[in-house]
Amino acid sequence: MTPLLSLTGLTKAYPGVVANDDVSLQIAPGEVHALLGENGAGKSTLVKMIYGLVKPNQGEMRMRGTPFAPSEPRAARAAGVGMVFQHFSLFDALSVAENIALGMENAPRLRDLSRRIKEVSDTYGLPLAPDRIVGDLSAGERQRVEIIRCLLQDPKLLIMDEPTSVLTPQEVEILFQTLRKLSGEGTAILYISHKLEEIRALCDTATILRLGKVVGTCVPRETTARDMAEMMVGKVLSTPTRSGVAPGEVVLALEGLSLPSPSAFGMPLREVALELRRGEILGIGGVAGNGQDELLGALSGERRAPPGMIRFKGQEIGALGPNNRRAMGLLAAPEERLGHAAAPDMSLTENAMLTGAVREGLERGGFLNWSAARGFAERIIHSFDVRTPGTGTAARALSGGNLQKFVIGREVLQRPEVLVVNQPTWGVDASAAAAIRQALLDLAEAGAAVILISQDLDELMEIADRFAALNEGRLSVPQPTAGLDVEQIGLMMGGAHGMEVAHV
Amino acid sequence: MDLGAINPILLIAALMSAATPILLAATGELVAERAGVLNLGVEGMMIVGAICGFAIAVETGSPLTGFVAAAAGGAVLSLLFALLTQVALANQVASGLALTLFGLGLSALLGQGYVGIKPPRMGDVSFGPLAEIPVLGPTLFSHDPIVYVGLLLVAGTWAVLRFTRAGLILRAVGENHDAAHALGYKVVRIRTLAIMFGGACAGLGGAYISLIRVPQWTEGMTAGVGWIALALVVFASWKPWRVLLGAYLFGGITQLQLNLQGAGVAIPVEYLAMSPYIITIVVLVILSADKSAAPASLGRTFHASN
Repeated sequence: MTPLLSLTGLTKAYPGVVANDDVSLQIAPGEVHALLGENGAGKSTLVKMIYGLVKPNQGEMRMRGTPFAPSEPRAARAAGVGMVFQHFSLFDALSVAENIALGMENAPRLRDLSRRIKEVSDTYGLPLAPDRIVGDLSAGERQRVEIIRCLLQDPKLLIMDEPTSVLTPQEVEILFQTLRKLSGEGTAILYISHKLEEIRALCDTATILRLGKVVGTCVPRETTARDMAEMMVGKVLSTPTRSGVAPGEVVLALEGLSLPSPSAFGMPLREVALELRRGEILGIGGVAGNGQDELLGALSGERRAPPGMIRFKGQEIGALGPNNRRAMGLLAAPEERLGHAAAPDMSLTENAMLTGAVREGLERGGFLNWSAARGFAERIIHSFDVRTPGTGTAARALSGGNLQKFVIGREVLQRPEVLVVNQPTWGVDASAAAAIRQALLDLAEAGAAVILISQDLDELMEIADRFAALNEGRLSVPQPTAGLDVEQIGLMMGGAHGMEVAHV
Repeated sequence: MDLGAINPILLIAALMSAATPILLAATGELVAERAGVLNLGVEGMMIVGAICGFAIAVETGSPLTGFVAAAAGGAVLSLLFALLTQVALANQVASGLALTLFGLGLSALLGQGYVGIKPPRMGDVSFGPLAEIPVLGPTLFSHDPIVYVGLLLVAGTWAVLRFTRAGLILRAVGENHDAAHALGYKVVRIRTLAIMFGGACAGLGGAYISLIRVPQWTEGMTAGVGWIALALVVFASWKPWRVLLGAYLFGGITQLQLNLQGAGVAIPVEYLAMSPYIITIVVLVILSADKSAAPASLGRTFHASN
């Protein structure tokens, strides 16, 4: 049978880099096809060519046997290709219906369109109100807007570029049900992700790209995640090795830390208590939005705490700001890379200076020591294998994974005594994630203490010594990770405190 | 002091005429800004429109041809801005300021032979018996055509932005140009058209000053009206009807304070002269206290990086 879409020898080169080199693949109707690869392997360029945003230099695309060369997204949509973008292509100030109308060729009148949106959202179990303003929606709801926009055009091929990176586990489950239903109806799906377990659960075939070339195909259900990761990276992955250093004295102690919510959408911290010892990694899990950002803010010094709640090496630090805490050895790397951990339009040297000035002696008497700052930035780039043309590059120009390595490396190299990191491997490919985890382990082995806040349970189980969960701003009692099973973790995340309180 | 000398009917009739240049220029700028372009060259485009309209009206003897030429002149000058900001990706603020300076100089050059000449007069629209209605007749139905063009322009802009697909696409481009590009809309083309519309409207506004309000040609005769129009768009929260309200409020208070000065009110002239600015800004700031925000891509340079 003729494949729905077949690509032969597609090549796309940009000045200085070949994004896609002789890529061929075939997708059958109703097939869920995964496109796998590290950051920068050329996945996005490939789908942009299929969607008509980028023109290939060489090669041929065929749709149901006939040549297919969309010159613009409009032509691709007319041929039955729909795409859900990685960074949502939505208009915040417009309503759901208006957003959907913009993505359609012959949009009906808004009233009829609203009715059709309701129909489709009911059919596929994606609840969505057509007249809401998109700016008020959650990440999951925004993605639904994009999916419904595609579905209304009755696509033959749906391209999804890392659709789950912003979704909660429940939302992922709903999405997968929708996708399976679509595939059952004969719609082919091209699914880009580097979450291997998701691909194993969802996809029929996988094509693996490395440095723009196809390096293999496999059936994900029959391949282990580890094998797929090694195909992506092209080398044997080293599992982070854990030391086994006995924990030392207590360096950081929280006692009844309670802070009101910083904003209408935040979460108050409620009676958070913990003791952190030298040489240990404390993993903190929990569903996003349960106080992770607020806890990091309270520890880094962005928000001050009343006296008696935070002690660092026996000293009261609740009233100190981030720079004072840095000087003492308490460092933090927040989750949001662009805008919180790094200033997007400033160079890597400047970003290195922003948090490193105090501990690395990059300023004297208010004057900046540029050569020392450049040296520090070079050291980060070198030690953490940050791929960038140089220290003068703007933070925004780095890919997510590379910037993440820079942001984490910048703190690790300042020899912290306590390091607090939030989502250190979010959106980072397998080999970079392994390198970041190894750096945290090495740090702990050298006698520092690490608080690792993460949504990734596998990561927490892999490197944390003890595990605690945040739920509604409360922290559960930390338990040793060795011997902890998924059910216990689920209970801790789902609010086991409530039950404990009930027992008392 | 003689407040009885102020005739409310004449006052309202005068405010509609006084507000028209600001209204025209501000409506054009509103469309450009809704498409995400901040064009600070309104003053320059107005003055070029003023001289183009004046010169052509004098040469042809037809004020209507003059207004068409004024719109064309403003649009052509705005194309220069479009070239700088949309093709050469220059900074919009700097390009807009340059456009104003260039427009002022160019108009002075073009206008050298036209100082001291009287332009042909444009007749009022004849509404027949409607103009005979007491109060309403002299206030609403006894104006030149451009006053009504201004009103229709506001209504048309509102309707297009709100009810048509073209308006939706224009707003989308101003809201998030990257997303609009990803969906396959021609961001640069749409913005260029919006800039030209803004230029044409500013040109009409300028010609209204030189052909009807004053009517003669003097260098720099727009005297800051373009800047007021720019401020009005912001304070009106990018909403057409609020631009109309702001323009009428400004025009009305300007006329009122002139009348008050004439009547010899015991308030220093300086305070009266600044009152239109203050009152218009206060009223529109209060109105814009709701959550209406600027178009999210306003003033940002778009570059289609594949």
